[in-house]
Amino acid sequence: MRKLVMIGNGMAGVRTIEEILKQSPEQFEITIFGQEPYPNYNRIKLSNILQGDTNFDEIIINPLDWYKENNIQLFTGETVANIDVEAKRVISNQGREVDYDELIIATGSNSFILPIPGADKKGVTGFRDIQDCEMIIKSAEQYKKAVVIGGGLLGLEAARGLLNLGMKVDVVHLMPHLMERQLDPIASSLLRAELESQGMNFLMEKETVEILGDERVTGLRFKDGSEVEADLVVMAIGIKSNTAVAKNSGIYVNRGIVVNDFMETSVPNVYAVGECAEHREIVYGLVAPLYEQGKVLAERICGGEAKPYAGSVTGTQLKVAGVDLFSAGEIFEDGSTKSIMIYNEYEGIYKRVLTRNNLIVGIVLYGDTKDSTKLFRMLTKKEDISGVSIFQTECSGSGASDDIASMPNDELVCGCNGVTKGAIVEAIQTQGLTTLDQVSHCTNAGRSCGRCKPMVSSILAHTLGDQFDSAAAQKTSICSCTTISREELVAEIKAKGLTSVKEVMNVLEWNNEEGCTKCRPAINYYLGMIHMDEYKDDRDSRLVNEKMHANIQKDGTYSVVPRMYGGVTTAADLKKIAEVAEKYNVPLVKLTGGQRIGLFGVKKEDLPAMWEELDMPSGYAYGKTLRTVKTCVGAQFCRYGTQDSMALGIELEKKFERLDTPHKVKMGVSACPRNCSEAGIKDIGFVGIDGGWEIYVAGNGGVDLRPGDLLCTVKTQAEVMKMTGAYLQYYRETANYLERTSKWVERVGLDHVKEVLADEETRKALNERMNQTLKKYIEPWNEAIQNEEIQDKYYAQHTIKVGE
Amino acid sequence: MITTLTRIPVANYSNLKARAGYSLKINQTEIALFKVTNGKVYALENHSPHPKGGVLSEGLVSGEYVYCPVYDWKISLVDGRVQGPDEGQVRTFKVEREEDIVFIVL
Ligand code: SRM
Ligand SMILES: Cc1cc2nc3c(=O)[nH]c(=O)nc-3n(C[C@H](O)[C@H](O)[C@H](O)COP(=O)(O)OP(=O)(O)OC[C@H]3O[C@@H](n4cnc5c(N)ncnc54)[C@H](O)[C@@H]3O)c2cc1C
Ligand code: SF4
Ligand code: FES
Repeated sequence: MRKLVMIGNGMAGVRTIEEILKQSPEQFEITIFGQEPYPNYNRIKLSNILQGDTNFDEIIINPLDWYKENNIQLFTGETVANIDVEAKRVISNQGREVDYDELIIATGSNSFILPIPGADKKGVTGFRDIQDCEMIIKSAEQYKKAVVIGGGLLGLEAARGLLNLGMKVDVVHLMPHLMERQLDPIASSLLRAELESQGMNFLMEKETVEILGDERVTGLRFKDGSEVEADLVVMAIGIKSNTAVAKNSGIYVNRGIVVNDFMETSVPNVYAVGECAEHREIVYGLVAPLYEQGKVLAERICGGEAKPYAGSVTGTQLKVAGVDLFSAGEIFEDGSTKSIMIYNEYEGIYKRVLTRNNLIVGIVLYGDTKDSTKLFRMLTKKEDISGVSIFQTECSGSGASDDIASMPNDELVCGCNGVTKGAIVEAIQTQGLTTLDQVSHCTNAGRSCGRCKPMVSSILAHTLGDQFDSAAAQKTSICSCTTISREELVAEIKAKGLTSVKEVMNVLEWNNEEGCTKCRPAINYYLGMIHMDEYKDDRDSRLVNEKMHANIQKDGTYSVVPRMYGGVTTAADLKKIAEVAEKYNVPLVKLTGGQRIGLFGVKKEDLPAMWEELDMPSGYAYGKTLRTVKTCVGAQFCRYGTQDSMALGIELEKKFERLDTPHKVKMGVSACPRNCSEAGIKDIGFVGIDGGWEIYVAGNGGVDLRPGDLLCTVKTQAEVMKMTGAYLQYYRETANYLERTSKWVERVGLDHVKEVLADEETRKALNERMNQTLKKYIEPWNEAIQNEEIQDKYYAQHTIKVGE
Repeated sequence: MITTLTRIPVANYSNLKARAGYSLKINQTEIALFKVTNGKVYALENHSPHPKGGVLSEGLVSGEYVYCPVYDWKISLVDGRVQGPDEGQVRTFKVEREEDIVFIVL
């Protein structure tokens, strides 16, 4: 077998390898060196990580298993220091030597760091890799003020992330307009106004000349003499091709490693692809052109008839919530261009297409980008626009599906991966695809920035027609231990009568014998939900807090939060809490946001004794279960109260406490619409009105703030209990594990839930299943006090002294 | 340098439950002891290499790995290595067994 070595384990390089494996899986013995200690991950999504939308695990594109399955020898955390082009051998910084027949350089680029005094201080970073991202997130925990240098794509995405991390952010930009290379002044000022309203502060036309501070940065100085404070500086002014290893080895380098139309460098059998490569004097910094390069290179290396790479036109989008923009091609008018423009200042919509000789040569869209794929196709295909209406007029009444029908087959759907509508339709038809995940896997559409996913979904729906099942199409597997989805799992448990976590993983052929932290708690939940009373809970499949019946803290201590039904307590209980807190030297006694008292910083081995002395039930402040029912004082005392909110709150909390739910559930009960218990942002909220109760659902006061929606209005407290029981049970039976009610309702639709609950028989059946389930629970703190085995296994700390 | 190996009895094998972690303190060192499904026993320093630390003994055990309970890092019980994409290594201790007694070798 021929030996193929690749330097760099990033997006463009690994895509090239994927293409090679597709074309000729057996031809090469492949070795990859990657400087970063990770498998190939989606660098684009670092922005989303900073913005808090995803996590590192989820952005891995090729997990380590992928390398194994394809027999690729991967050395991570290892840099290639030298290429001996004569001997055809690479040498790593750890002294490893590997021979090659063909060598691909895919070393990407580095953040461009301004060569100014102080740029090496602590707290100054680029924004390029996981390490930068981690450093930024860590700084945000400790520091308050960030400055981003660079008002381009990367800088603005970083700035948005920093805002989400709770920092104050200044963006410093050299030019008078943001993203001046992609936007014209109108679009740019719309963008600036939007970002300012999101909390960004802009310092325009400022040239940074020095970074101030001792060891760590404290501020910046500009050329005009002014200064700003900063605890963190993110430089996002551009990228610099990483060409060091090529240059050292005598390969011709200009701005990047210079390649021809087949990605060949100046040295035989050595190729370059990605951001490190310069093709016809252009170095590209977006994945779409890099993936095109990868395809050409794969064909070349596999010995196929490669079509030369002729360069790309790229389109730009910004991944910032609340901003919808697209830009491609030329942006400035000259004597030979004519513009077609729509500008709706009121709604913040601006669209401009630049034309020359009846061809589109530039596009800027702000506020509404739904025409972007069509216009971009017209631009790249050089379609004649005479007689064509450029901007779709509104109110044509055509649904999404008509749009899809009229979409030409060669229209680009996924810009990042160059996938057309035709390719997607063909894959769906010839390979029998039914889910978005499958389409992504087969065609690559949606595997990079993810913006095209809604469009891919619509195409899937349109292509499958009646066979399309929207719920199934969104199918994603539970975790990487299996390919089956939640729906399949639940169906299999029922059909095959599976009764334990272990059995599920065995029978359904989990590829990881004992599962992981994602699937084990989920399976345990589904089993308990399905086998209402006979299932024996698998305590060791629960995560730490639920396993311990206490919330773990950063230093390994725990918190104790006893029940205080409806937030109502007694002097006797308060005394007990005070005594226990004193006796066990509890470092923090605090009123929680859930109307009760928390004891924080408790040693694990003190837990059982404290619980015993408190002699109060667990408040489950740690569980995927009912947390608290907040109440207002209500009609018993308040002059506005119309209902007894405390009594209802206490009844609800006593009835539903301990119930396992897909995620935590919080309730609030107010006795009038002034809503002092904040029932409007609870999973279920109750608001007393004259002669009845309004029931609100799917509120959330956490990460994705969402006001509740009115589910229904009922007359009596008994009806409240019935409706709540039915609603909660329906949530338990249909939500994904770890899906809060707010997300669940958005997924399945409020109207759907209303429809289900409108039927009295259904409500009755749901309540029966709920009541049967509720019977099985016992008080966990009391159980631990009674049971020595539990104490020994979970709460004991054995201390052994040696040599005494 | 003279090093003396000490063997410290820490538990009765038959008392240990599979897929559970136990925390123990030997002098000043906190150790997490795990018995896995195949019956083997492992001992690691009870401290995650995550920059913010955290204990390991209460983590979820799967095969020969433990997931750190605080930040969900996956750590090998065999050599203490943190699994990608994270990195680091936890100190491991040698475990020996004689009859029903489990020893840690320091
Ligand atoms: C103790 C308390 C803060 C306080 O000092 O007041 C608290 C503490 C924690 N919250 Fe909270 N939350 C507390 C009220 C809230 C509230 C306010 C409320 O309930 O009225 C919210 C927003 C309301 C909501 O949930 O909609 C809240 C939203 C969150 C979230 C975000 C949930 C979301 O879906 O967006 C998390 C993270 C999660 O659950 O995944 C969280 C997670 C946590 C955890 C359990 C984090 C963890 O896993 O370690 C914290 C445990 C600390 C500890 O050491 O025990 N906490 N948390 C409050 C306990 C209330 C209680 O008595 O049970
Ligand atoms: C925050 C952010 C947001 C982005 N958003 C978008 C977007 O929305 N759309 C878009 O199209 N693009 C976006 N990009 C750009 C996109 O991520 C890059 O174009 C793409 O990752 C380039 O791929 P590459 O393989 O050339 O380089 P990389 O992905 O950087 O991979 C190169 C790898 O080689 C390694 N390496 C370097 N030298 C050596 C050596 N000597 N030995 C071993 N390994 C080495 C590096 O450590 C690196 O891991 C974004 C980038 C960032 C940082
Ligand atoms: S919600 Fe209404 S009844 Fe309850 S305390 Fe507030 S004002 Fe009074
Ligand atoms: S457009 Fe970026 S992944 Fe499809």
